[in-house]
Amino acid sequence: MISSNAPCLVLVAQKWSDMKLYDYVLSGNCYKVRLLLHFLDIKCTLEPVDFYPGRAHKSPSFRRINPLEQLPVLELDDGKTRICDSQAILIYLAHKFDPSRHWFPVNEPEKLGCVVQWLTFANCITAASSRARLHDMLGYTCDITAARAHAHRAFRHLEDHLCHQEFNGINWLAGAQPTLADVACFPYTCLAGDGGIDIFIYPAIQRWLRRFATLPRFHPMPGINIR
Amino acid sequence: MTRTTIDQPEMRIDPFTYAHWYALGRKEDFPEGCALNTRLLSHSIGIRRDTDIMSITGPQGRALPIQHRYGHVWTSLSDSPRPLFDIPEFAEPGRRLVTVGGVRVRCSGLRAVENFLDMAHFPFVHTDILGVTEHAEVKKYDVKMDVEKDEIWATQCQFFQPVAAAASVAGDMVHYQYRVPHPHSVILYKSCPVDPDAWDLIGLFIQPLEEEECLVHSFLLVFDDNNTDTALLHFQQNIFLQDRVILENQVPARLPLDPRQETPTRADASSIAYRRWLKRNGVTWSTTRGAEIA
Repeated sequence: MISSNAPCLVLVAQKWSDMKLYDYVLSGNCYKVRLLLHFLDIKCTLEPVDFYPGRAHKSPSFRRINPLEQLPVLELDDGKTRICDSQAILIYLAHKFDPSRHWFPVNEPEKLGCVVQWLTFANCITAASSRARLHDMLGYTCDITAARAHAHRAFRHLEDHLCHQEFNGINWLAGAQPTLADVACFPYTCLAGDGGIDIFIYPAIQRWLRRFATLPRFHPMPGINIR
Repeated sequence: MTRTTIDQPEMRIDPFTYAHWYALGRKEDFPEGCALNTRLLSHSIGIRRDTDIMSITGPQGRALPIQHRYGHVWTSLSDSPRPLFDIPEFAEPGRRLVTVGGVRVRCSGLRAVENFLDMAHFPFVHTDILGVTEHAEVKKYDVKMDVEKDEIWATQCQFFQPVAAAASVAGDMVHYQYRVPHPHSVILYKSCPVDPDAWDLIGLFIQPLEEEECLVHSFLLVFDDNNTDTALLHFQQNIFLQDRVILENQVPARLPLDPRQETPTRADASSIAYRRWLKRNGVTWSTTRGAEIA
């Protein structure tokens, strides 16, 4: 396996680990894992996967890594254990490397419930926004009108919640500090424009995206358009 | 890519645009037994591949010419297309070809060519990779026409880049040449980080779908023994997707050819030459001139 120079462009951090992230540079789900690694200041080997145009995630060799044919996959430092879902990877990393329990507040049950609720909701955003993006950007077939309508339904819910939070003086999805909820929902909200979804019509979302992008050690990915 | 748009055979495509070959994708994008529809210059075309034989049909079921070159499948709406430009470096031993796959962009394909020619955006769009804001100046470079081949060359270009290529280990002054041999194709010759006497090639073969929508097929043809093809692919896709968001926000989406519409600077010498060349060849399709005529 080769650790190339190119992925280091998006991952420059201090603490070394022997973990390996199977990664696609244009994937919002891979990006959320890279983001948390940045926030936690953890360095990890990136294994680039030719998701497009090569569809290497559908290959027999990748199916041995993840039978679900999905990215990202985090291989732990034992070289054997693999975690295959972006939200699950976020939880693992936060639990393992954040002793403050700031990102995943396991000691505060009510807050924890909220965080997990938004981790699940992140999948609703991904299902619609990512589908529209793959259609518009890489030519995947889908019902683009339905995908954009589902995305707007999710973003209206997100907008309402963020307005409510702001009204109560709270800047983040699940409390006064950013948590995994924000990390999980950020990528495919911010990348919605790639799929022809106008995200600028949601003012509270815009303010939240701008707050997020000014967090220490934030790192952008292509397609992110914050005004 | 299936479209239901009704063809408009009467649509006036200027002769220069009409007469060229256009890339439709890589051969591996059309697996055996496939029958796909795509668009070219606002016309629906069908692509079939039975075993190893490919066929392309255009408006009214007309068979279109086909050729396989530079890792891509090419066709033309014209029955007597201009010869496809030559890229002799494809025959050089030791180079690696990485085809990046088509990326759809909601803008004129001509805009995508022009953006590719522009070095001034490197520090601001490709920050900390192809440029840094402390070294934002575009030094003077030469632009000339190769009259015999009817193509544009920009030479003596140089720019400070922190990570010029996947094989780079440190920032360096990078030397560039740009070549525009086709209204929708552009090739960058870039000093090679592992061999000072060689040029690496990065190019765009653009498939104009509509006047304000294109599919950008790109490639790298490089000397690089250190990076995997996938690492090179990720590097190039990362760069191009940074451009895509800029391209989709340009106004107007078509390329203006009237010099009064956008104010150029010295750094835009290659862009000015490109726009003049298009104008001299009577290009209206995908430009603001076309919109005026329509």
